[in-house]
Amino acid sequence: MGFLEELKALFPPGRVLTREAELAPYESDALTAYRKRPLAVVLPERKAEVVEAVRLCHRHGVPFVARGSGTSLSGGSLPVEGGLVIALNRMNRILRLDPKARIAVVEPGVVNLEVSRAAAPYGLYYAPDPSSQPISTIGGNVAFNSGGAHCLKYGMTAGHVLALEVVTPEGEVVRLGGESLEGVGPDLAGFFVGTEGLLGVALEITLRLLPKPEAYHTLLAAYGSLEAAGNAVSQVIQSGLLPGAMEIMDRLAIEAAEAAVKAGYPQAEALLIVELEGPKEEVEEEAKLLAQVIQESGATEVRIAQSEAERQAIWKGRKAAFSAVGRLSPDYIVQDGVVPRSRLGEALKEIGRLSQEYGLRVANVFHAGDGNLHPLVLYDGKKPGELERAEELAGEILKLCVRLGGSLTGEHGIGVEKKGYMPEMFATEDLLAMERVKEALDPKGLANRGKVLPGYGQGPHPGEVYA
Amino acid sequence: MPEVRASSLEEVQEAVRTYPRLRPKGGGSKPALSTPKDGEALLDLSGLRGILEYAPEEFVFTAYAGTPLKEIEETLRAHGQYLPFHPPLVEQGATLGGTVAAGLSGPMRERFGGLRDFILGVRFVDGEGRVVRGGGKVVKNAAGFPFHRLMVGSLGAFGVMVELSFKVFPYPRATRSLRVGFAKTEEALEALEGLRTLPLDLLALDLVPPATLEIRLGGFPESLEKRIQRLQDLLQREGEVLLEDEAHWEGVRNLAFLKESPIWVKVPSRPDLIPMLEGLPLGPRRYLAGGELLYAGLDPEGLQALRERAIPHLVLRGKADQPLHPPPPEAFFAPIKRALDPRGRFPLG
Ligand SMILES: Cc1cc2nc3c(=O)[nH]c(=O)nc-3n(C[C@H](O)[C@H](O)[C@H](O)COP(=O)(O)OP(=O)(O)OC[C@H]3O[C@@H](n4cnc5c(N)ncnc54)[C@H](O)[C@@H]3O)c2cc1C
Repeated sequence: MGFLEELKALFPPGRVLTREAELAPYESDALTAYRKRPLAVVLPERKAEVVEAVRLCHRHGVPFVARGSGTSLSGGSLPVEGGLVIALNRMNRILRLDPKARIAVVEPGVVNLEVSRAAAPYGLYYAPDPSSQPISTIGGNVAFNSGGAHCLKYGMTAGHVLALEVVTPEGEVVRLGGESLEGVGPDLAGFFVGTEGLLGVALEITLRLLPKPEAYHTLLAAYGSLEAAGNAVSQVIQSGLLPGAMEIMDRLAIEAAEAAVKAGYPQAEALLIVELEGPKEEVEEEAKLLAQVIQESGATEVRIAQSEAERQAIWKGRKAAFSAVGRLSPDYIVQDGVVPRSRLGEALKEIGRLSQEYGLRVANVFHAGDGNLHPLVLYDGKKPGELERAEELAGEILKLCVRLGGSLTGEHGIGVEKKGYMPEMFATEDLLAMERVKEALDPKGLANRGKVLPGYGQGPHPGEVYA
Repeated sequence: MPEVRASSLEEVQEAVRTYPRLRPKGGGSKPALSTPKDGEALLDLSGLRGILEYAPEEFVFTAYAGTPLKEIEETLRAHGQYLPFHPPLVEQGATLGGTVAAGLSGPMRERFGGLRDFILGVRFVDGEGRVVRGGGKVVKNAAGFPFHRLMVGSLGAFGVMVELSFKVFPYPRATRSLRVGFAKTEEALEALEGLRTLPLDLLALDLVPPATLEIRLGGFPESLEKRIQRLQDLLQREGEVLLEDEAHWEGVRNLAFLKESPIWVKVPSRPDLIPMLEGLPLGPRRYLAGGELLYAGLDPEGLQALRERAIPHLVLRGKADQPLHPPPPEAFFAPIKRALDPRGRFPLG
């Protein structure tokens, strides 16, 4: 029997997709500039089905890609031409939620926000909150080590994953980590997080839950320049405060957000959102200090949310910023570089210069607290050559981030989009070590082939391309 | 037993290429892990020390792996910062590399998380003498395979760590502690479980068997009084308030309570496991971090009991054939080990 026949024998009718019209939605992720036609898509509903599918791929040497909601912005869930897509959306059950233990055990297709919803009645929540949290899955979050506005204080997904059940590319099922916050032995669960599906498929994930903060204090400050807003962030840090979130939007992003959701933001060159959170007595004291710091930072206008509704209004504009930018331009690329916080000003200035040089507008929305930039490069895909120019500009921004001592990605992953830039950040030996690990766990190179590692699968000897 | 000292990256590479089997040692505060076995050369890394970069406004530092934690903490403290995972055995000479390799966190891990939450990057020498870097030096980064997280608890299995980067946080302006006794373990446990799910932002929450809770708060002095009061109301007990609590918690994090015991172990715990653990013949002990982390002092009988019940644990001091129990899962661990240490120069596997 051939691969497809065996696959069809494993799954009930309707859960193996092979017709052109059925495959089309799976041809790309949220980075729609890349498209590949898979051989088939399977829709498993149970762990054992995923394991069987992976084993079948291994036997036949067919590459496979696990897929959550396909919201990756770096082509992470782009299919391999002629390969299998294992779409995990139907594995969306929260298997166990134990408020006393403060853990949730979930299937990989559970949507991020659903975990916090389920935990809410117990006063708990799941801290990592990518802007895509209403749609992206925990499996995708795990693969990408996803983040959000709260990473400085709470860390990224890796810190919130206690245990994983994984099927390796060779079809073996292993449990990594445990249910306690502490473990012994190598932190293999921690290592799996962020490997972008190259080392296997997560079948079941144990998450740590946190008590929902008791009080919030949300402040919006307007500035006459991006630089002044950036400096304010440094001043907040220097004061010894540790806010839950610090976000900046530039004028273009503010305009877009206003046009889209009418958040009622002040007119300004830059807006800074600072949110303190914690026990009410502590937040009260911190708020006094924050007021002083912001006053000294030269803010032209300061608003403080007096109610939960006002707090939500402040966040609404920020959260809508990405999609809102779509109103300003037919197409845009979301970039995701990181710089040391103290070099934000320098980075933004250079991005402004590059924007001029390339003749393309760049809107800036970013997680200022952790130096995570999200420049949105606006372009019109219908104009010949503009996409290429936009990609080139985005690439320049990434190289700039690495040059300043930062990273190619804070949360969106390397995928196919950024793998060409990996040698900017990592030395040959570093990349070869990643390849050796990949090779050892996946000798046939089947799991998410062609992602992350710039040379993988391109030559007879992995790594040859760096020589 | 050959012994070699390395105080630079090149010397580490040289040592790795020279000796077929190596056992790295930082300060030696976890001798069950850092004492060479038959056929192993001791690689003394205590000379590989010094802070390489520290930018207080970034909340990030990079240091050589053999740097004593004491030195790091003093430097951080001068800028009002600290290692929030509060690593143990600082007074006994623990180094950054040894702490990562053993995967140890202390009582204040309760507030923001453990070692695994704060490590940002690593440079290490693999089993072939090659230098490999993973992670980075910024507080947020998702690029490439996270070799830095692989090092946590690795016992040196994948390579000799040379340089490590960490995130740090501002040290609380003031701290206060509350010690509350209960009549029975079950009552103390019930109170502990209640506190765990509330948004109280505790710096530390420890159960001292049989039935005492020790709770530490940090923050603005003005808020601490009110927060202590709230805790007392919640627990319906006055307890004992420690105003000068620093020395007490330093004793805890340096595991002073284990002093007399021949064997020291770390046991991943959970509140629901505590009644079972309390039934075992364990010596002096304390459940840290809301009951998630047990450090216990044992004699061989206690160790035997952990083994028989298949309770995961790591022996830090004292005689043990296999300090790590259980061994890591073969299907995932072995290939990674093979990739990074193909000749099996390093411990484990
Ligand atoms: C509007 C918008 C806003 C966004 N904001 C953020 C943000 O703030 N922060 C952020 O981090 N990201 C953000 N993203 C990116 C994206 O949502 C995240 O990367 C998310 O984690 C992807 O989840 P997904 O379920 O869509 O995964 P997919 O896109 O389906 O897959 C992502 C990667 O995970 C792998 N994968 C999926 N499931 C598994 C599994 N079970 N086992 C192994 N590998 C698996 C895939 O192979 C792929 O490599 C945003 C995206 C959009 C469209």
